[in-house]
Amino acid sequence: MKQMVKMEVHDLNLWYGSFHALKDINMKVYKHKVTAFIGPSGCGKSTLIRCLNRMNDLIGNVHVEGRVLLDDKNIYDKDVDVVNLRKRVGMVFQKPNPFPMSIHDNITYGPKLHGKKRGLDELVEEKLKDAALWSEVKDILGQNAMDLSGGQQQRLCIARCLAVEPDVILFDEPCSALDPISTGKIEDLINELKRHYTIVIVTHNMQQAARISDYTGYFYLGELKEFNKTKKIFTNPDNPETERYITGKFG
Amino acid sequence: MDRYTKQTIMKGVLWASALITISFLVIIIGFIVYKGAPAISWEFLTEAPRRSGRLGGIFPAIVGTIYLAGLAVLVATPIGVGGALFLTEFSKESKFTRFIRFGADTLNGVPSIIFGLFGFAFLVYYMGFGISILSGGLTLAFMILPTVFRTAEEAIRAVPRWDKEGSYALGATKLQTIWHVVLPQSISGIVTGIILGLGRAAGETAPIIFTAAILNPVLPESIMQPTMALPAHLYTLTSEGISMQNAFGTALVLIVIVLVFNMLVSLIRKKKALRR
Repeated sequence: MKQMVKMEVHDLNLWYGSFHALKDINMKVYKHKVTAFIGPSGCGKSTLIRCLNRMNDLIGNVHVEGRVLLDDKNIYDKDVDVVNLRKRVGMVFQKPNPFPMSIHDNITYGPKLHGKKRGLDELVEEKLKDAALWSEVKDILGQNAMDLSGGQQQRLCIARCLAVEPDVILFDEPCSALDPISTGKIEDLINELKRHYTIVIVTHNMQQAARISDYTGYFYLGELKEFNKTKKIFTNPDNPETERYITGKFG
Repeated sequence: MDRYTKQTIMKGVLWASALITISFLVIIIGFIVYKGAPAISWEFLTEAPRRSGRLGGIFPAIVGTIYLAGLAVLVATPIGVGGALFLTEFSKESKFTRFIRFGADTLNGVPSIIFGLFGFAFLVYYMGFGISILSGGLTLAFMILPTVFRTAEEAIRAVPRWDKEGSYALGATKLQTIWHVVLPQSISGIVTGIILGLGRAAGETAPIIFTAAILNPVLPESIMQPTMALPAHLYTLTSEGISMQNAFGTALVLIVIVLVFNMLVSLIRKKKALRR
């Protein structure tokens, strides 16, 4: 069965100054699937996910070589509008980072930037429902988002991301600051979201990768050691190093 | 002497240092209030001086000080905040940014009389602005620019990276992120710098005595005219031995204005601390 490819990484290398953080990465992100990046701290998985929407552009002293294709178009080409790219490839961060404004305004922030003026209230309701947060906040939309719990804040950030209607959503360790119950809600949500979106997630938690992803990449010291179907990685990995990591022998 | 005794003695010395610091403030303010309060009256605050300030009030000087400090802040704020935004959001740390920062700090260390001399030579004569509110306000603006600039820079730098990234990740441009995320979160720090600058501009004498201030008991009609100003008036009253009582009265008004600005600053800081 041939899967539709949404994003493709070709011979990607990245340096922070003289530190070679990503080495010859090649991989594919399949449409409407969840792709997980796992590996020990500092292995480059967060760096790679931040290459997929060019977030690394914001940090000084970063040099990138190679290609990242989104629907067969290299996002590192000179003529690419980064603002438009980030609209299509949204991101949810490790630390829930709602803006210090009302819940309503958090959701409308992105759409307003892109010129949407009407139907904002309907949009807020729709996106909060999509992010499984509506029932909890429908009566307090005017309240400051900073007053929500950590898990609610993270779902708000997901709703905020959905509001600009991206194709791909990048999750950079979205549960690392959350308790198990909130984590469960986010995982259920990701499962739900993959019907309409393509999802990439970085996680520290191997069980999480096993539970929610369709494809998994194992990173170590800036290299992609193995990339395969999650089932295959967790039952019968090709690379003995991968096996040692997922069985908890190191990392 | 054992080490605990030493510590006790040292604690006493440090306590005394702290006490001396605050007592200077109390003594100075107390003295000014004691000597200046008798001069204060409704007439003193609302009338023009007569006979070189021996009689009458200081109203034109109050108005002039507001004009001068106001113009200084009006000019220094956009430049200072703009420069700070450039340094924090639009440039990567480099020799150039370090040079700008070093330049601002150096400008901050330049004695105010030098600003006065520069204003006199450059603005009053070379640019032909004459002794005027414009010359004095610009001179004060140069002087408070580093304060506004550096406070704004620190306030903007304190906006967390993840808040900005959240905005960029939604497809915001740099300018949109600055407008909707960076400025709202740093505005209280920026305002703090502006008020500090305002207080300093209101209180300085040296930059305005060659560029703006005269002893002329009328209200200025345009910024091309000279004006009276509180610190300069105080200087004249004292150095010419015109009226010590009115000098202290003027000092009291000036110090109240500056203290009000300083209290505004701590109020803003407290409010900000509460919100965090």
